[in-house]
Amino acid sequence: MLELKNITKVVGADTHIHPTDLVLERGSLNVLLGPTLSGKTSLMRLMAGLDKPTTGTITFDGKDVTGVRVQDRSVAMVYQQFINYPAMTVYENIASPMRISGKDAATIDREVRKAAELMKLTPYLERTPLNLSGGQQQRTALARAIVKNASLVLLDEPLANLDYKLREELREELPKLFAASGSIFVYATTEPQEALLLGGNTATLNEGRVSQFGSTISVYRKPADIVTAKTFADPPLNTIDLQKSGNTFDRDGITVLPVPAHLSGIADGPCTVAFHPHHLSLARPHDTAAVLKARIIISEIAGSESFIHVDCAGSRWVMLEHGIHDIEPDTAIELFVDTRHLMAFGTDGRAIGGHAGGSAFRAA
Amino acid sequence: MARINLDHIRHAYGPSPKSPSDYSLKEVHHEWNDGGAYALLGPSGCGKTTLLNIISGLLQPSEGKILFDGRDVTYLSTQDRNIAQVFQFPVIYDTMTVYDNLAFPLRNRHVPEGEVDRRVNEILEMIGLADRAKKKAQGLTADQKQKISLGRGLVRSDVSAILFDEPLTVIDPHMKWVLRSQLKRLHKQFGFTMVYVTHDQTEALTFADKVVVMYDGEIVQIGTPAELFEKPKHTFVGYFIGSPGMNVLPAKIDGSSVDLDGQKVALSFAPKIAAGAKTELGIRPEFVRLGREGMPVTISKVEDIGRQKIVRASFASRPIAIVVHEDGEIPTDPRVTFDPSAINIYANSWRVTDSLPIGGAA
Amino acid sequence: MEKTWNNKAWFMVLPVLVLVAFSAVIPLMTVVNYSVQDTFGNNEFFWAGTDWFTDVLHSDRFWDALTRNLIFSAIILAIEIPLGILIALNMPKKGLGVPVCLVLMSLPLLIPWNVVGTIWQVFGRVDIGLLGYTLAALGINYNYVNNVFDAWVTLIVMDIWHWTSLVVLLCYAGLVSIPDAYYQAAKIDGASRWSVFRYIQLPKMKRVLLIAFLLRFMDSFMIYTEPFVVTGGGPGNATTFLSIDLVKTAIGQFDLGPAAALSIIYFLIILLLSWIFYTVMTTSDAQK
Repeated sequence: MLELKNITKVVGADTHIHPTDLVLERGSLNVLLGPTLSGKTSLMRLMAGLDKPTTGTITFDGKDVTGVRVQDRSVAMVYQQFINYPAMTVYENIASPMRISGKDAATIDREVRKAAELMKLTPYLERTPLNLSGGQQQRTALARAIVKNASLVLLDEPLANLDYKLREELREELPKLFAASGSIFVYATTEPQEALLLGGNTATLNEGRVSQFGSTISVYRKPADIVTAKTFADPPLNTIDLQKSGNTFDRDGITVLPVPAHLSGIADGPCTVAFHPHHLSLARPHDTAAVLKARIIISEIAGSESFIHVDCAGSRWVMLEHGIHDIEPDTAIELFVDTRHLMAFGTDGRAIGGHAGGSAFRAA
Repeated sequence: MARINLDHIRHAYGPSPKSPSDYSLKEVHHEWNDGGAYALLGPSGCGKTTLLNIISGLLQPSEGKILFDGRDVTYLSTQDRNIAQVFQFPVIYDTMTVYDNLAFPLRNRHVPEGEVDRRVNEILEMIGLADRAKKKAQGLTADQKQKISLGRGLVRSDVSAILFDEPLTVIDPHMKWVLRSQLKRLHKQFGFTMVYVTHDQTEALTFADKVVVMYDGEIVQIGTPAELFEKPKHTFVGYFIGSPGMNVLPAKIDGSSVDLDGQKVALSFAPKIAAGAKTELGIRPEFVRLGREGMPVTISKVEDIGRQKIVRASFASRPIAIVVHEDGEIPTDPRVTFDPSAINIYANSWRVTDSLPIGGAA
Repeated sequence: MEKTWNNKAWFMVLPVLVLVAFSAVIPLMTVVNYSVQDTFGNNEFFWAGTDWFTDVLHSDRFWDALTRNLIFSAIILAIEIPLGILIALNMPKKGLGVPVCLVLMSLPLLIPWNVVGTIWQVFGRVDIGLLGYTLAALGINYNYVNNVFDAWVTLIVMDIWHWTSLVVLLCYAGLVSIPDAYYQAAKIDGASRWSVFRYIQLPKMKRVLLIAFLLRFMDSFMIYTEPFVVTGGGPGNATTFLSIDLVKTAIGQFDLGPAAALSIIYFLIILLLSWIFYTVMTTSDAQK
């Protein structure tokens, strides 16, 4: 169990990491999700021991490891760039951490072949990394991280430089690896979809702050604040600033949306209402859906579905609709909001009321 | 703007190509419409960047001709072809201001300063960097720099074509949505001929009117996003487009009836298949219905990805992916049916379009 | 970014620290010691305070030599930097030409200073030197021993021959690190050859140019061996630079006090000028 207690990192006048508490269990997969420069890499470096936190302590299985050097910790790391020893064969690359730790030849051979099989590298063991494709190079780096059998494995956007389809395949294989070992995995990504596909736990990061940490799907469904909700939305989250009064959400005294049952508990006053693009549609999804008027900005067709960008009373939204809908820009349309999935955030950005399909939610 | 003709183009990087495998780009022969938005989509090493560089003039094809509006430009330099190109990584002139970066291609062509100012301000507004116009480009973040690169590609109104080489690689997911839709809108407004290279299917499908799917140096299919999704010509297209890709199952075909390892599926037509061909059935995960009726499946894993669930299952002793709606239920005794209109039949990996006159509903 | 902390690292660099202490700090302190005292031998020292410094700063000899140094460095920099850039720009970027050019360029750098001096001394002699003889045969009156202008030209040409390669190699390293996409983008933007240089190559070479500039300045400002070998500081005092003057004072006249004061002043001038160049060049960088 890796425990970060009140960790901060200040470099010069810049605060890279604001006070952070995190507990990562053994055998768990933990995604750090956030845009570029949100602090994912800084946090990983702190976990690895490459950097020393400005304040706070890091414990591993109850033992304080705050000042312990990375060499003396059991850590493996895989980076976005494919980092291998260019002069060594794939076999030697994978074997290198075990050679350093002084394993016997038979064990090394067995472990290398096992990892190579898992990463589909068996046919390439005698090649050097530069004669491999990007995907194979990164698989070599991953295999090296696996055989190290470290108690903490840090993956910093490992799939970002790979082709889309290759990413999809490796993404499927990775959770299997995670499940098989007892290590703690930390995986940084900028893509919400990737976090959802990996599952496990997710910590959303923004400007050096962990805004929420919990099981991936619960963070997605029940964001504690609007920053988390926005970070964890792809296509982007649709938002509108409204005034709650009684059982309607109004703007300038005109009713925009009805208040759904799960949000009825919130106090009257200003708030931000938000919902995902797939909860907006061209056809009425159910009886209680609210109807709104909007203007088309642009329609994008993605095979089986369309992303329709609309302007609704000055708010720019995206609608994700099944089927192909190529509507000309500037067309006036009616669209429907599935109010059962609305989220509401107070003026301080905290989630208020409850979340769809769940009991009243209290921000952690 | 120009119509682009690719006339029997082949390219090999080596000096004297002999066998077809020496060619990184096998024969390409197509006409691309004036004002069209094309995406070249494929995995790395498929030849898409080679083809783009041949169009831009950075590379001369080993064989064949390239024509812009009927004029042979094969041996013309990039400048003389009058094209704009945006690269994968930001290319900016560090010592210039943002404004001067955007004005550079215009000033080099002696566009009057009044016109330069008008165009540059338009672009600045579009890429959202108007407030930094007078700042040096050096101190900007990677995605701001890439916006400048994009802007420089769009600033000239007289170009024959605008080429994009994976331009959104360094952009954060949220910004991708904004930039992509802006490009698309711009295309609608001004009707530039645009060619966009990417390995990301979402980018390709949303950007282009026509997507050119490439694999191993060849164009496998050119089609609208809907065609690629509904009727992939080759199983590779089925696999490459869609996330997860199309389920491809080995199938025995008898008239209009398909036998999938004992499970029978009826087709709306009787595909005409050459004797001895390897036959397969393709069905997208979106068109597999999970319910209490139909053929039995064994579910191995359910991935909840927010707006939908991806069910990984075993069907007729093969892995199959099924997409279930966000609020969809997973039954305890799961069974599947295939949407008949969404079934494609493949012989030797190519889609069968001909049907036999006898049997079935054909 | 802060790097890994590791106390053992200090033990690793300890030998270097000791070496630096012996080779640089202790001699420097000795010089400082001499510069504020007077001695007539027998290890007897008298406190002289700042007298030696005042003497040096009031002597015409010092100012004349300093002026010569500044002029020499200015000429060297004005020729070697542009010439180095020009050669680097025209060097092949790929193919067999690359190693050939690199080796040719490195050759002068491998020759020791005094050998360079000797080569040129012989090379320029009117009686037996190829250059001197040829020039004389062409009817050009060339003699670096008697003629001030000829002596300077010889030293400058010699330095250019010896050190331009360094600038070339540094610039070349800067140039090859520019990704192809920049040149392609420039072509597409319709940039002229000059624009490519001004807006792509020069900015990308800036860092290496700064290093080249500082190295060439410091080296040319400290020039000693070549004029010592070729001209011996003459004709007259025409090529007596600060370094030669220093040696004359210290060893020729055994005026250790003034010599020590002169070396400290010399050292401070180099430090000051280098710092000024560095600051000016990096701040203009930061503003952009």
